[in-house]
Amino acid sequence: MFGKLSWQAIPFDQPIALAAGAFVGLGLTAVLIWVAVKGYIPYLWREWVTSVDHKRIGIMYCLLAAVMLLRGFSDALMMRSQQALAFHAAGYLPPEHYDQIFSAHGTIMIFFVAMPFVIGLMNFAVPLQLGARDVAFPTLNSVSFWLNAAGALLVNIALVVGEFARTGWLPYPPLSELTYSPGVGVDYYLWAIQISGIGTLMTGINMVTTILKIRAPGMSYTHMPIFCWTSLASSLLIVAAFPILTATLAMLLLDRYVGFHFFTNEAGGNAMMFMNLIWAWGHPEVYILVLPAFGIFSEVVSTFSGKPLFGRRSMIVATMAIFILSFTVWLHHFFTMGGGGDVNGFFGIASMVIAVPTGVKVYNWLFTMYGGRVRLCSAMLWAIGFMVTFVIGGMTGVLLASPAADFLLHNSLFLVAHFHNVIIGGVLFGAFAGYTFWFPKAFGFMLDERLGKAAFWCWLVGFYVAFMPLYLLGLEGMTRRMQHYDRPEWHPWLLVAGMGTLIILCGIALQIAQLWVSIRGRAQRRDLTGDPWDGRSLEWSTTSPPPTFNFAVLPSVTSDEPYWSIKQQARARRQLVTAEPEYVSIEIPRNSTTGFVTAFFAVVTGFSLIWHIWWLVILGLVGAYVTFVAFAWRDVDETEIPAAEVARIDRANRAARAEALREEPVR
Amino acid sequence: MLRSVLAVLLISLAACHTAVLSPAGPVGEGERIVLLDSLTIMLAIVVPTVVAILAFAYWFRASNTRARYLPDWAFSGQLELIVWSIPALVVLFLGGIAWISAHLLDPAEPLKSKAEPLEVEVVSLDWKWLFIYPQQNVASVNRMVVPAGVPLDLKITSASVFNVFFVPQLGSEIYAMYGMTSRLNLQADRPGVYFGLSAHFSGDGFPGMVFEVHAVSPEQFTQWTAATHVTGPVLDDAAYRQLLKQSHDVSPYTYRSVQTGLFEEIVQQRLPPGEGPATAQSAPSSSVVPARRQH
Repeated sequence: MFGKLSWQAIPFDQPIALAAGAFVGLGLTAVLIWVAVKGYIPYLWREWVTSVDHKRIGIMYCLLAAVMLLRGFSDALMMRSQQALAFHAAGYLPPEHYDQIFSAHGTIMIFFVAMPFVIGLMNFAVPLQLGARDVAFPTLNSVSFWLNAAGALLVNIALVVGEFARTGWLPYPPLSELTYSPGVGVDYYLWAIQISGIGTLMTGINMVTTILKIRAPGMSYTHMPIFCWTSLASSLLIVAAFPILTATLAMLLLDRYVGFHFFTNEAGGNAMMFMNLIWAWGHPEVYILVLPAFGIFSEVVSTFSGKPLFGRRSMIVATMAIFILSFTVWLHHFFTMGGGGDVNGFFGIASMVIAVPTGVKVYNWLFTMYGGRVRLCSAMLWAIGFMVTFVIGGMTGVLLASPAADFLLHNSLFLVAHFHNVIIGGVLFGAFAGYTFWFPKAFGFMLDERLGKAAFWCWLVGFYVAFMPLYLLGLEGMTRRMQHYDRPEWHPWLLVAGMGTLIILCGIALQIAQLWVSIRGRAQRRDLTGDPWDGRSLEWSTTSPPPTFNFAVLPSVTSDEPYWSIKQQARARRQLVTAEPEYVSIEIPRNSTTGFVTAFFAVVTGFSLIWHIWWLVILGLVGAYVTFVAFAWRDVDETEIPAAEVARIDRANRAARAEALREEPVR
Repeated sequence: MLRSVLAVLLISLAACHTAVLSPAGPVGEGERIVLLDSLTIMLAIVVPTVVAILAFAYWFRASNTRARYLPDWAFSGQLELIVWSIPALVVLFLGGIAWISAHLLDPAEPLKSKAEPLEVEVVSLDWKWLFIYPQQNVASVNRMVVPAGVPLDLKITSASVFNVFFVPQLGSEIYAMYGMTSRLNLQADRPGVYFGLSAHFSGDGFPGMVFEVHAVSPEQFTQWTAATHVTGPVLDDAAYRQLLKQSHDVSPYTYRSVQTGLFEEIVQQRLPPGEGPATAQSAPSSSVVPARRQH
């Protein structure tokens, strides 16, 4: 009846896992009860869960990322404390638990923190920057989000029911094959990633279509903001690379479920093929994450320097060069397989070549600051912190790209330090910069700057204290994923790294405090003009938060910085330059339950596949299919916002802007 | 406690005596040079770049009235040329080093030496290392005894999952893969004990998969082989099947003789792969307790 599922699946013998699971479970239940008691459920259902508005979906993506960041970071705390204690000792986490923790940490941080954070910001900002009303396929967007959340849920269920993978964030066979990992952990990993991967692929398709097809009149490709360019490159990479991931994991699933031999030791399986395929996805994945972050930094550096971005065309060329080159370097993840001088030399140089366009980007940001009036707001601090940190991370990356040097450092803590250096210093700082930058646009009030800056400094200092020792440990020959060790020279550095994690913890606490304080004092922090940072692209021309339809009248674009040029003219005349347009009614897509219901069935299907509950698998698949059929048969898919309502909202926006222009000091 | 921590930190910083940066053989030495040279070349542009980032952000801060404000300056052909050239030239330079060193330090390449190389066949098992000496017809678990100053011709494979053979002070990590042989040539120039480990996660017993390389004088090596020949069990088919069972933190021991062609049979998959966990259920939590090992 319940397949492999029994009471033994609950890890009663592992108090830490059980307590953590109970804590998360209780927290979730408490939130749900609070929401129900306060009577928020209809509001949440109507305005958020079933919303197909790209802004709402973007915000939900970021919220998912933030919650999962807390989960992934608690894993990091446990790993650091285990390694601080496990010198000549067993520590407090037995190997089978520790192995789950580092696997979950990597999986969560990449798939359920970095990805949703970046995708969330893309979802929120790209249509606004393009001067569009929504993404190309709004309902599909909602399906994508909920599938991503479904994957995240499965990973968290693994905390309490059964176990998670003990094979690292990429389940290398033969270790991940049934012979060596007979438990359900790898299956949890595989189905969670397959389900969320489908969501990600659809987001990629959605974004590519949006950017290529839905832009304001006059917005040519070269007029597109850089964030849209990097989002385009990132989405194209998703479309090209995620099918490889899905296919590779599907092969592993076939091995595990129906006795195929793609990657097994026996019967001609080839595990090396898995490594090639997974990194053919894995290396582009790095750029899927970091390219949008580059775009955010371009927007932030330019806005807060009060200047257009230096070398715009260069920036676009560099972005697209990275996009193409990212597919030519995957082998540098396993130079040590012994490929020989020619193969290793080729991929080493190819990897180094990526440093050229990346270096160009750094210099372009540098010269954007040159001759600027740099306002050191917290978003800009993240950008400067990023530039310095990322240059160091890039340097160690090029070092690892040299095969002979990699022979000493492969899989060591030097490598761990390197990729945290670029992912925290690049992707995460970028996401935080974007969060600070677009928060007032999303919610109509500003985040507390003082706490924001304090959080930045804790993160920056904490990062260096936590990860610089790891570079040294790599040079000491320490490899990653050690549950215990007995080399005395490693121990002090692991203690230092542990302290760094505590400093980062302070940074996270300050970020939570910042959010809390800002929400409580939102009445005093209102952003009335819709343009709190003196912005340059179209999202700042509409209200904060923007109306459902984004723009009352689609803007007409004639320059690289459409809002900036119109604002300059208005400033010169001290009044609005455009006459009040003629308002017409606007059709917007209707809310849809499709995404939520599909994701519900996806969780049911995934869970029952993991536990071999076959009747439930069929039920889940049929349910998901019926949902789609029901959606396809809908009669009405749009609602109309009457012209009077559009006029009311836009007139208020114009009045606020005219007011601001009159009050602004002469420049 | 804190004082001893600080002392170790200062010593390792001052002496730069980390395992990887104080190699004991020509391979590690070559790789150390590549590492340090590449680092130095990059630091030459990374340091000025970091300084410029901080300096520009500071000097052009909004409150500095002495800084020039150029609100429309966003293009300069000459600067663009420089901006593309600097990283391109550095990468050209580094790429040259990478290409040449990738060939010179190719792990499969035999080392130049007058001495006849010593052949060792290395098998990674769950979770221990087996070293077979085909010329001497002995084998050892978790301890590799080698003559100093003599090139080592290593053939490496795995009996179960992937591992990476790594002795930080000798250099060059290489994968141990089931059904495949990796070639690795190393040499210890001076006698000593060097720690080795698996640098690729291979399951729950992975941290206990450490081993030692004892580099001894050639005479001592001959004595060791002679002594090994007369003690310990024989590594035959049955003994090998015992090794396939999962175990970890295994104290080093030796085999007095080895069934001929055992390594070939493992690589050719004529012997079964490692069995994996004993039960289908996950192992009980108390199964792996690190044992204190002697150095």
